[in-house]
Amino acid sequence: MDYLADFGAKLGLHMNVLKSNSFMAGDHDVETILSSTQLSRGTMPFQYLDIPLAVERLKNARTILNVLAQYEELSNQYVNCDKSTIYFDKHDIHKREILCRLAITDGQLSFMYLRVSLFVGVPRKSHLEPIADQRLFKDEATEEKGERARMASFVGAVAIADLVKTTLGPKGMDKILQSTGRGHSVTVTNDGATILKSLHIDNPAAKVLVDISKVQDDEVGDGTTSVVVLAGELLREAEKLVHTKIHPMTIISGYRMAAECARNALLEKVVDNKLDAEKFKTDLMKIAMTTLSSKILSQDKEHFAKLAVDAVMRLKGSTNLESIQIIKKPGGSLKDSFLDEGFILDKKIGVGQPKRIENAKILVANTAMDTDKVKIYGARVRVDSMAKVAEIEVAEKEKMREKVQKIINHGINCFVNRQLIYNFPEELFADAGILAIEHADFDGIERLALVTGGEIASTFDNPESVKLGHCKLIEEIMIGEDKLIHFSGVEMGQACTIVLRGASPHMLDEAERSLHDALCVLSQTVNDSRVLFGGGWPEMVMAKAVDELARKTPGKKSHAIEAFSRALVAIPTIIADNAGLDSAELVAQRAEHHKEGSTAGIDVISGSVGDMAELGISEAFKVKNAVLLSATEAAEMILRVDEIITCAPRRREDRM
Amino acid sequence: MALAFDEYGRPFIIIREQEQKTRLRGLDAQKANISSGKAVARILRTSLGPKGMDKMLQSPDGDVTITNDGATILEQMDVDNQIAKLMVELSRSQDYEIGDGTTGVVVMAGALLEQAEKLLERGIHPIRIAEGYEVASRIAFEHLERIAHKFEFGASDVEPLVQTCMTTLSSKIVNRCKRSLAEIAVKAVLAVADLERKDVNLDLIKVEGKVGGKLEDTELIYGIVVDKDMSHPQMPKQIEDARIAILTCPFEPPKPKTKHKVDIDTVEKFQTLRQQEQKYFDDMVQQCKDVGATLVICQWGFDDEANHLLMNRNLPAVRWVGGVELELIAIATGGRIVPRFQELTPEKLGKAGLVREKAFGTTKDRMIYIEHCANSRAVTIFIRGGNKMMIEETKRSIHDALCVARNLIRNNSIVYGGGSAEISCSIAVEAAADKYPGVEQYAIRAFADALDAIPMALAENSGLQPIETLSAVKSQQIKENNTCCGIDCNDVGTNDMREQNVFETLIGKQQQLLLATQVVKMILKIDDVISPSEY
Repeated sequence: MDYLADFGAKLGLHMNVLKSNSFMAGDHDVETILSSTQLSRGTMPFQYLDIPLAVERLKNARTILNVLAQYEELSNQYVNCDKSTIYFDKHDIHKREILCRLAITDGQLSFMYLRVSLFVGVPRKSHLEPIADQRLFKDEATEEKGERARMASFVGAVAIADLVKTTLGPKGMDKILQSTGRGHSVTVTNDGATILKSLHIDNPAAKVLVDISKVQDDEVGDGTTSVVVLAGELLREAEKLVHTKIHPMTIISGYRMAAECARNALLEKVVDNKLDAEKFKTDLMKIAMTTLSSKILSQDKEHFAKLAVDAVMRLKGSTNLESIQIIKKPGGSLKDSFLDEGFILDKKIGVGQPKRIENAKILVANTAMDTDKVKIYGARVRVDSMAKVAEIEVAEKEKMREKVQKIINHGINCFVNRQLIYNFPEELFADAGILAIEHADFDGIERLALVTGGEIASTFDNPESVKLGHCKLIEEIMIGEDKLIHFSGVEMGQACTIVLRGASPHMLDEAERSLHDALCVLSQTVNDSRVLFGGGWPEMVMAKAVDELARKTPGKKSHAIEAFSRALVAIPTIIADNAGLDSAELVAQRAEHHKEGSTAGIDVISGSVGDMAELGISEAFKVKNAVLLSATEAAEMILRVDEIITCAPRRREDRM
Repeated sequence: MALAFDEYGRPFIIIREQEQKTRLRGLDAQKANISSGKAVARILRTSLGPKGMDKMLQSPDGDVTITNDGATILEQMDVDNQIAKLMVELSRSQDYEIGDGTTGVVVMAGALLEQAEKLLERGIHPIRIAEGYEVASRIAFEHLERIAHKFEFGASDVEPLVQTCMTTLSSKIVNRCKRSLAEIAVKAVLAVADLERKDVNLDLIKVEGKVGGKLEDTELIYGIVVDKDMSHPQMPKQIEDARIAILTCPFEPPKPKTKHKVDIDTVEKFQTLRQQEQKYFDDMVQQCKDVGATLVICQWGFDDEANHLLMNRNLPAVRWVGGVELELIAIATGGRIVPRFQELTPEKLGKAGLVREKAFGTTKDRMIYIEHCANSRAVTIFIRGGNKMMIEETKRSIHDALCVARNLIRNNSIVYGGGSAEISCSIAVEAAADKYPGVEQYAIRAFADALDAIPMALAENSGLQPIETLSAVKSQQIKENNTCCGIDCNDVGTNDMREQNVFETLIGKQQQLLLATQVVKMILKIDDVISPSEY
């Protein structure tokens, strides 16, 4: 122990007993030493900078050499024996021998590195770091450069693309998503956007892909999987090109040219049937069927395609899908789903009120029907006797009665409120023979106002200026076990309700998503009526045009353009693969067909090359266009990156 | 050192708690600083020029930013090192002053530091190096002024402006449609510019982005776009010849600041209060209506009752409009912001030719366009793009282009880009170096070498042989006495930047040189770094 004190004095440092470990060279007196020094006993192997140093007793040079070799391997640095010093335990008898063997100079304490004394007590990692490594970033922030950065983004993006790849096409498979939140709720879907939205992704490049799929969902509603797959394929091809030493910028400019060319090729081939209403409707029908065929609804796609087309035609060109209400009721089968021309509100009629009203005049309101608060700031009721309380209560009731009376004065027989209706006013309404519906949510109210043509009222002083809504019949209907309120014969036919029936909530959720996709696509198509054939036909057309461009383009860019065409062909290949068909054979066959500029595509159902025009497989131009553009844009963005800097993740309290 | 020994050889401590601080002194300090400055510059070096690469940055919350804007990269980089922070400041101040060239300035500073390191190794005192750099930067500064060209443009002839903006945009991801974006930027700047005073208030240009559509759909709107919709779904979606009341008071009963209580103790009081309340709402709406407003824009929310009354009286309204937007609307429409209903008068109303609500995509995204304003000084650039990152990057690029256009209006001198200005300065500084006696000569020469770093990086990023290309261009400049020779990044086939139409603003370039030199001087003067070690 004297030795330790001596050591401390020499260094001008105190040993922190609690932080130090003593390593016992022999095994005699261990207990005594430990108890007298209060040092905790260290265990072998001794770790320094995370590298086990003294694996066993440093008896001879071989052990040290082994340690050094291990160190070299881990740190990617060679140990320069000439520059290194070695520090010995005072009792080491093999010192001289080792020094001769290794040609390392004997170091003296205190240890200095760049003239800074390093070891304070036991060497710690933090002492070396500021000098050894000029750190730019905060802890845990990482930086990846050049090839590694590119590799990281390629790997991430391609992994995401591969993940959703199997859901592509009519025979694509679904994914089960289990949430980590409470209840571990389960979603079954093959909608690309839904899958990606629920993934927790760390890779920044993968996030870019998730983002484009989300945008695709917002903008056109469908093609969320295709866009990710195409971007992934583009990156996969780009990776190969980068390996053959083609600069990313060259690839990008090639891709841009190719995308432009592909788009033009599509534009040439579009069919626009806007003027012919009948044909347009069949187009819509085809598009809806194509979209739905890759979803859970494919069994009844005709039924649902009809539903969707009808619903969208009602919108008369508006893209506001909110006026199409989708109500999900478990029970029955998917076939039992129907489109209702009127409007269905998922609410119950108040007790004692008429269950059926013909020629209804509806007042849609957003007003408080509990106690009407005094809105003037700071007002409060202060009374000094019970009698007064009663008086005020009466006044309050009177106030409410007046309000109800005013509402009744509108000459209505149906009152729908967004907020709660208390028992008292409800009773009053019942007395007047008025159907009162409370707590219709905001969307419901807006939709109802839209459907019935009334306006949402909040004050009731001048009945003549408030527009009332009208409908022919209000009645309570039963769907499955639930009672709903049905408004039929409404004035404005814009809104409608689709009631989905199905075996389980998961099924219904997925059906809703599928229907939503179809509706989105249709509503977009109504505005931009250009239509293309489906079944991988557009990809082949584009690939052909792009290939031609590649032949014409001089220089390195042509490689990139060729790669683009390969990526395009990958999509029909994947569709065929997912259907369990011989993709190589089919694609080749189709390429043959395409020489004559036909309308051949993959007929997944029969597993052969078929005529898309005959099979009635169509897709909206807008969707394909968006897929092409966003995929190229995303690929370009990821390609341009040559460095990834990740900040330290913000620490969160673990709430679990 | 803080540790000294007394006559018996026992150590004692001079500065307390020394063991808890890390300390670097003298040459070590300078070297350490230089190497961290260089590290920052190295990160940005690859982003320089039209073929520069982007960086992907992941924030602490996991959001991803992809950019090649120097200022943005550095800002989000989560830098810990002190010197690196200085470099971040450097690029930020270039961003504030000029708006463009934020990458260039850091690369320049990095090159200067690199040269300084070599000089330090030869034993030249850091202060002498700093002084030499100062002299050299002055020479370069004056030389830039000499080689600068003035070009004339008017409201009708905006081509030169567009060309300059295009140079800025060509290094960004949006270079696919740089032409249209450059035109948008120039038009926007000209719309708000005060050509007589040569001043541009960029606050009047609002840059708004919405995900969806494609880059080509980006448009310039002579008016304001507000990301809000009408307060009541059934209000008219389009108003022509709108007279706009701009309010900062809520449509709610007043809330006096002084503490007060309204006690209700009788039935009568209860009823009068009720009536008052109703009257209050009525009055508010009536007042707006009376002055002739056809649209109400309010900073606060409305009570449901007020909302309905407005609807009832056919007075469309927009609520929860942000303060900045409110000001812009006031400027654009020539209206006044009214803080109280009582002060509403017809003169204070703003005028706009057309107000309309526009829907986007399949989700219920609606925005309100206020167009044909009485005073079209405020404009909005509305960006569309494939995804959020694209929009953010486009915003930054547009910002740069706007700044460049503004700088040109302030001062219409330009220098040629593509590294030509740097090469020319380098030649001039090199030549001037020989005239200075003393140690500074070396520093000045080093400065000239550092200037070469920018064209070198340009050439490197464009996949050219850096040294070969640079020396070829340099000799061409001297031989032909043509200061417009630069690096042919886009492989067009000519070195003459005049033919390629690659311009940069003179003040931008000058600022780059000055700022870089200043920071390097500062870094060189540091000889002791004391920092508490962390644990």
